[in-house]
Amino acid sequence: MKLALKIWRQDGPADAGQMVRYDIDGVSEDSSFLEMLDLLNEQLITSGEDPVAFDSDCREGICGMCGVVINGEAHGPERTTTCQLHMRSFNDGDEIVIEPWRADPFPVIKDLCVDRTSFDRIIQAGGFISANTGSAPDAHATPVPKEDADRAFMAAECIGCGACVAACPNASGMLFMGSKVTHLGELPQGQPERGARVVAMTEQHDLEGFGGCTNLGECTRACPKGIPLNVISQLNADYRRAGYGGSSAD
Amino acid sequence: MTDTVTSTPELIDGVYREGAPIADSKAPGGDIAGKWTTRKFEAALVNPANRRKLSVIIVGTGLAGASAGATLGEAGYQVKSFCYQDSPRRAHSIAAQGGINAAKNYKGDGDSVHRLFYDTVKGGDYRSRETNVYRLAEVSADIIDQCVAQGVPFAREYGGLLDNRSFGGVQVSRTFYARGQTGQQLLIGAYQALERQIAAGTVEMYARHEMLELVVVDGKARGIIARDMVTGEIETHLADAVVLASGGYGNVFFLSTNAMGCNVTASWRAHRKGAYFGNPCYTQIHPTCIPQAGDHQSKLTLMSESLRNDGRIWVPKNAEDCDKDPREIGEDDRDYYLERIYPGFGNLVPRDIASRQAKNMCDEGRGVGPAVDGVRRGVYLDFADAIGRMGEDAVRSKYGNLFDMYERITGENPYQVPMRIYPAVHYTMGGLWVDYDLQSSIPGLFVTGEANFSDHGANRLGASALMQGLADGYFVLPNTIRDYLAKGPFTKISDDDPAVVEAQQTVTSRLEKLLSIDGTRTVDSYHKALGKVMWEKCGMERTEEGLREAIEEIRALKADFWSNVRVLGAADGLNQSLEKAGRVADFLELGELMCIDALHRRESCGGHFRAESQTEDGEALRHDDEYAYVAAWEWGGDDEAPVLHKEDLVYDFIELKQRSYK
Amino acid sequence: MATSTAPARAARKGPPSILLKTVVAVTGLFFVFFVLFHMYGNLQILVGPEAFDEYAHHLRTFGEPMLPEKSFLWVFRILLLASVVGHVWASMSLWRRAGQARTTRYAGKKKTSYGGFYAKAMRWGGLALLAFVVFHILHFTTQTITIDGAHASPAERVISSFAVWWVVGIYALAMVFLGMHLLHGVWGAAMTLGLNTSLQRAEQIRFVSILLATIVVVGFLIPPFAILFGFIE
Ligand SMILES: Cc1cc2nc3c(=O)[nH]c(=O)nc-3n(C[C@H](O)[C@H](O)[C@H](O)COP(=O)(O)OP(=O)(O)OC[C@H]3O[C@@H](n4cnc5c(N)ncnc54)[C@H](O)[C@@H]3O)c2cc1C
Ligand code: HEM
Ligand code: SF4
Ligand code: FES
Repeated sequence: MKLALKIWRQDGPADAGQMVRYDIDGVSEDSSFLEMLDLLNEQLITSGEDPVAFDSDCREGICGMCGVVINGEAHGPERTTTCQLHMRSFNDGDEIVIEPWRADPFPVIKDLCVDRTSFDRIIQAGGFISANTGSAPDAHATPVPKEDADRAFMAAECIGCGACVAACPNASGMLFMGSKVTHLGELPQGQPERGARVVAMTEQHDLEGFGGCTNLGECTRACPKGIPLNVISQLNADYRRAGYGGSSAD
Repeated sequence: MTDTVTSTPELIDGVYREGAPIADSKAPGGDIAGKWTTRKFEAALVNPANRRKLSVIIVGTGLAGASAGATLGEAGYQVKSFCYQDSPRRAHSIAAQGGINAAKNYKGDGDSVHRLFYDTVKGGDYRSRETNVYRLAEVSADIIDQCVAQGVPFAREYGGLLDNRSFGGVQVSRTFYARGQTGQQLLIGAYQALERQIAAGTVEMYARHEMLELVVVDGKARGIIARDMVTGEIETHLADAVVLASGGYGNVFFLSTNAMGCNVTASWRAHRKGAYFGNPCYTQIHPTCIPQAGDHQSKLTLMSESLRNDGRIWVPKNAEDCDKDPREIGEDDRDYYLERIYPGFGNLVPRDIASRQAKNMCDEGRGVGPAVDGVRRGVYLDFADAIGRMGEDAVRSKYGNLFDMYERITGENPYQVPMRIYPAVHYTMGGLWVDYDLQSSIPGLFVTGEANFSDHGANRLGASALMQGLADGYFVLPNTIRDYLAKGPFTKISDDDPAVVEAQQTVTSRLEKLLSIDGTRTVDSYHKALGKVMWEKCGMERTEEGLREAIEEIRALKADFWSNVRVLGAADGLNQSLEKAGRVADFLELGELMCIDALHRRESCGGHFRAESQTEDGEALRHDDEYAYVAAWEWGGDDEAPVLHKEDLVYDFIELKQRSYK
Repeated sequence: MATSTAPARAARKGPPSILLKTVVAVTGLFFVFFVLFHMYGNLQILVGPEAFDEYAHHLRTFGEPMLPEKSFLWVFRILLLASVVGHVWASMSLWRRAGQARTTRYAGKKKTSYGGFYAKAMRWGGLALLAFVVFHILHFTTQTITIDGAHASPAERVISSFAVWWVVGIYALAMVFLGMHLLHGVWGAAMTLGLNTSLQRAEQIRFVSILLATIVVVGFLIPPFAILFGFIE
């Protein structure tokens, strides 16, 4: 395949950056999108140009490290991660615009790499169940109804890639946050901290500068794990029960 | 452990020397069931008020590292945690699919600590240390309790209790799982516990930091040199003890199921500073991966082994049929080779056997799928019978997500066309040598998880690596490291201590060197070339001749690398080529050691088939009389032969047997 | 990047964004209630101008003699005004936050969106509605804008206005905007209030928002068109 790539190049966090066009030929339909970028980089290095920086690690769609916006869509045209997107989803001769996640809480580090530590800080704020090592009762001490366990699992599938933020017109992180709140809130183990958790996480989310959700649903559409919008509704409900961050947080 | 050699012993096989054997792995005496309790009791305690004054560096945030970081943080030590990804949650443990073993006996099917211990030792082909494996089995149950308390959403039954499945050919159901994402769920649990400690201020997190050197002062591990991958800054971090939980080195093969960034650098740098490397040649090759489609490929993807429960594996009988549409090949022209050779186990033979036979079929010219470098490397995994028997819907509900993944990657619909599979490197049993306390041969340097060599011998059973990572991190290390820390805090070291300066200089001069060569070949091209040599000659089947060639080829490749590699850009910012170059440079050295280890071990064990050591009917033949030991290699110096220290494996509680699956 | 080197960010000022969207939702639902009530009143004109006038009169004397004249109306008006202020302020705050959360826009354009065009039109559509509400009040309530002279009877005012085709046009257009606003608004309010708890529930909420939007648009447009085409004189 022959393609015209327009890629965001930015030397460092402080640089302005611009779109640069590269023509590439000989791309296999069976290669993944990132392997196509690997090929481009091999060619760039050979010709003495700085290769394009982009993040990836597992390349299996599970670690959440990869992610670029392809023709305006986070992770590209299929519902999957960028690393699992394959070139057969494109046509010979296509022009492909490749950009980093755009959200101020995800500042660009270089080219297509962004800093997503804001997500980690949201988890730090309360995205956990406090259970010191060694303090746990027998695993069968608390049965969990299967439906609750299944919903918790569904929400826990989030890979923290940030595509939801990238796709959201408000650059809101609520699908990510909602998935954690739902995961832990569905389980009996998560109850004691439920109210405090949602309040602390929400506060951190706003503090990081993410926008507010207006229920548009672009996040769920871009989410490679298909996390449904109802986790955001759950987040809202839990937040309400916790007194909107007021002192009545239980 | 004995002191390192002083007089230079003779060169063996032209490639290595032998040093003093390792006399003691420091396990306490007594009955195997009481050893761990004894050790925990004997290990010195650290007063809570003193813990704050003691600092620990942990490299790695996978199951082994995150769990240790969280636990030590909770205990009140000062922890610094490092990972090369942008977040600790992305460590490669996240990719594990199948499940985690634990001797809970929730199914009441006769499981016990002893049975898990026995299965693991046997599965490791009698090349693991009894004491460590027993302890692993012993703490396995606590892992499940801990994870459930953290909110890990394991699969449950309708009654609300945990579900188990049998995995990897084991006769009891002891595997806990969270659909096909067990590793992810376990890691998220450990990650959250770690983040909680970060918030509490006991753990300081350094993400996008790569450890490039170990700092050893007065014979003790006292810190690391790390590069901030964003700013390029070379940082010195000092502490009272260092823990490496940096994962496996399967990427020495270039193509593996490991993540792109998995590397041996942390372990290798420690090895060069004196830590022994145990059994480097032991790698696990997983039979059900998606075959390579072409030269562009950057990694291989694993599909759960459970597929072998219902799929039938075959290749065409005649090489001429190999490029036909498989559906047009008649039943009589198909060779269901596993069912033919191993009628008792059929398609469910252990991983090593399934893998090697697939390779044999392809080497015979009966492989299928696209030819890469002139050879078709793939065999069919056919669900036509299963679909006929159970119906497409039943197959979909059982394997739907795997089929989807296959279709996404290959573009073929496995409900209609048989899948193609091929073995791929997936796990490395070898790693830094550690004693019962998980302490390496450098005092103060502890190694956990896949990075150590300890528990899996020559072959790892499914669902046991996750167990080991969490056992090490949550329960073993926190108990053993305190015995060491109780002797601290050690004397303060300043940043201009000669040992520190030397370590910093090694790092900066190496980076400068890599950037200044400005040759013509890309880093990836060296990595691919190395991977090819390793896969062909130090993979599933090894020969004396092949290994000798491999050693020469790797040496030549290494020399070429250091004179002709091209790394662009600078060291003072994000530079992914530079990162890769450093890793590949270490892989080149490791590759050579792996081949030397493989060469010296003239027996077939685990998945490692040594062509010179086979039974009359072509099965693997172990030599317990000669090789029932751990090969712990000491760094001999640049361009010097490594030194072998043998740790004899003594089986007091389990009887050694040859495996047979016919 | 290490947590320790995390970029320092100024603390977010103002209320939590979930609180802001709750204000939008609650005030929005109050509008829905109001609009349905208003629509019921408008439909009185089908019964006859007298019924309509009586209804308008009744609004003013509601609660008498317990409450003074027009008190109910004024309470309602104040509530509505407060709601408009709250609704507009909260939604505009969210709009501003969205702008600050993404200061660099995408160069690539995506082809389709999840919620449909109407979901994207909330902000501009909402402003258009605001403009319409102002016009509507100037027209019927204060009678600052007169189409066909002033009338003492509310029914006459309505009938004479809607006999003019472009007036009907303006109202029809406004109702289309309102319908679009409700299509997403009712869904959004249910989401915000935490009612979407499952995939099935999401379908039900979608259905209710379509139903409500349809009822409001059709219900409001019956009287003007009936007048325009001469069914009511
Ligand atoms: C596809 C796949 C499926 C698997 N499925 C199963 C299964 O079903 N059951 C099972 O039991 N096992 C399974 N395994 C094996 C198991 O997942 C791993 O062995 C285990 O998770 C390793 O954990 P770890 O903590 O030791 O290392 P990892 O999770 O690999 O973590 C390594 C950490 O070290 C860091 N690191 C590495 N080098 C450096 C450096 N130089 N500087 C700084 N940081 C560094 C990394 O950032 C990372 O945080 C699977 C493995 C693979 C590849
Ligand atoms: C006065 C003029 C109006 C303006 C300027 C306006 C503006 C908006 C905006 C911008 C939003 C979306 C919030 C966002 O995207 O940030 C919104 C939501 C909403 N509006 Fe309005 N609107 C107006 C009138 C109305 C009317 C008349 C109704 C009801 C009949 C209504 C009902 C709703 C509802 C229910 C929501 C959903 C709240 C949510 O998403 O949680 N609005 N409005
Ligand atoms: S919710 Fe989906 S899109 Fe958002 S971070 Fe999680 S996996 Fe990625
Ligand atoms: S690289 Fe791990 S999800 Fe894409």
